[in-house]
Amino acid sequence: MFHWDVVGHYLFSGLFLGAAWITLWISVVAQTCGVIIGLFLSLMRLSRFPFLSWPARFYVWIFRGSPLLVQILILYFGIPEIFPSLVPYITVYSAALIAFSLNEGAYMSEIIRAGITSVDAGQMEAAKSLGMRFSLAMRRIVLPQAARVIIPPLGNEFNNMLKTTSLASVIGLFELTYTAQVYGSQSFIIFELLIVATFYYLILTTLWGYIQNWIENRMDPDRETKAELQAKKGWSERMFGFGPTRTSDAGTLVSRGR
Amino acid sequence: MSIEKSVDNGAVLTDEMVRAESIVKRFGHLTVLDGVDLFVKRKQVVVIIGPSGSGKTTLLRCINHLEKIDSGRIFIEGQLVGYREVNGRVVEDKEATIAHMRSQIGFVFQRFNLFPHLTALENVIEAPIHVLHQSKAEVTERAMELLRKVGLSEKAHVYPHKLSGGQQQRVAIARALAMNPKLMLFDEATSALDPELVGDVLKVMRQLAEEGMTMVVVTHEMGFARDVADHIIFMDKAVIVEQGTPEQIFDHAENERTRTFLGMIL
Repeated sequence: MFHWDVVGHYLFSGLFLGAAWITLWISVVAQTCGVIIGLFLSLMRLSRFPFLSWPARFYVWIFRGSPLLVQILILYFGIPEIFPSLVPYITVYSAALIAFSLNEGAYMSEIIRAGITSVDAGQMEAAKSLGMRFSLAMRRIVLPQAARVIIPPLGNEFNNMLKTTSLASVIGLFELTYTAQVYGSQSFIIFELLIVATFYYLILTTLWGYIQNWIENRMDPDRETKAELQAKKGWSERMFGFGPTRTSDAGTLVSRGR
Repeated sequence: MSIEKSVDNGAVLTDEMVRAESIVKRFGHLTVLDGVDLFVKRKQVVVIIGPSGSGKTTLLRCINHLEKIDSGRIFIEGQLVGYREVNGRVVEDKEATIAHMRSQIGFVFQRFNLFPHLTALENVIEAPIHVLHQSKAEVTERAMELLRKVGLSEKAHVYPHKLSGGQQQRVAIARALAMNPKLMLFDEATSALDPELVGDVLKVMRQLAEEGMTMVVVTHEMGFARDVADHIIFMDKAVIVEQGTPEQIFDHAENERTRTFLGMIL
């Protein structure tokens, strides 16, 4: 017997709002760390020195080649056994954060590497011919251009991350999934609470979808032109791709900028 | 006998700008420069011509160390380029030293290589601000001056993809000039342009030459070479075949290969 009233009762409860908050901040922190780790790994990987590129390859091989679930378990249960002095530092939070960050770093390094190699080699040469050193040229010239290639898959990664945090339930982190499991199994309302958890996952990923769209639009060099075209379309055409084209001059508002 | 930088600094007092001695450059088994010498005086315009694959672009790229060389030496104002001598052995210079040397040499690429995420003006002010650490206001003023000089002041806030090839190349020249270079290198600056856009770029290069800029120009524009060059170098198959004044090369070439090449192109 499924109890819709239980779903309603828990839907906006402090319990699940708190769990959603944990899911969110773990995702944001882990993704941020993953991007930073990935940036360094990708630069190492692209280096012509083998003592830099090989460790990076090895890292990616390890973390992409083994299940994240196993990595979490090793970090939480295995590391304290191998290094007893680390016991006070390994909490459910730190273990989950470190595991997600390290794992994400491996995936991000491949994405960032693809972004960097997508930038024409002439850009680095031009920067160097102007007296820029490698690091400055990377920062000011190459990475800003690589970002356009990196941002869309990065958005996917973060969407994934929001859901992947559920794996931390195996070590007892009270994010959405574990909260639903624990409170659900106590009073036989597990499916009801999983529905609630799903609701929150959908809220988070949908909101992120909007943010991602906004970021990608902002990075589009032709956004002014496109904004003008968009403004001329009716809502149905914008949403579904067909519908009456408005004849009003709504576009002029946008084109006046700059 | 070792060549110390300090010993050669005497060149600063002379009118020597570039001196390349028996440059050898190989790509794998292919020798692209086979013992090439080059001498460029201050305020001189040296034009390098020759069939494609003759090594002219590589020679130009070696001058600011975009290519490493396998043997030989290149000096700019008596300073060894890209390398230094340690206990009689030649090793590659530190990145900072190479970067500093490059900051004094303008390079114009065949494919322009403008920074597409920056406007024309931002392209020009980028390096003076972040490499020379000059104030933005001062650099911007000078950059606008340069854009005016290349005839593009009204395009200052336009992104490169909205500019024609000729306009992009002129922005690229302004970008190089913003560093106040003592030497400008042009690598087939007009080869990627539609014929009707070549003239504007050549005009800017001509003007630079008239102002006394030291230039090394790799080009297929024989009219430009004849009018502007002080010295012409004809390269073929990794070596310099013949060199001299435009009259000597264009009207009284002694070498058969030079005559054949000019016969095909003129």
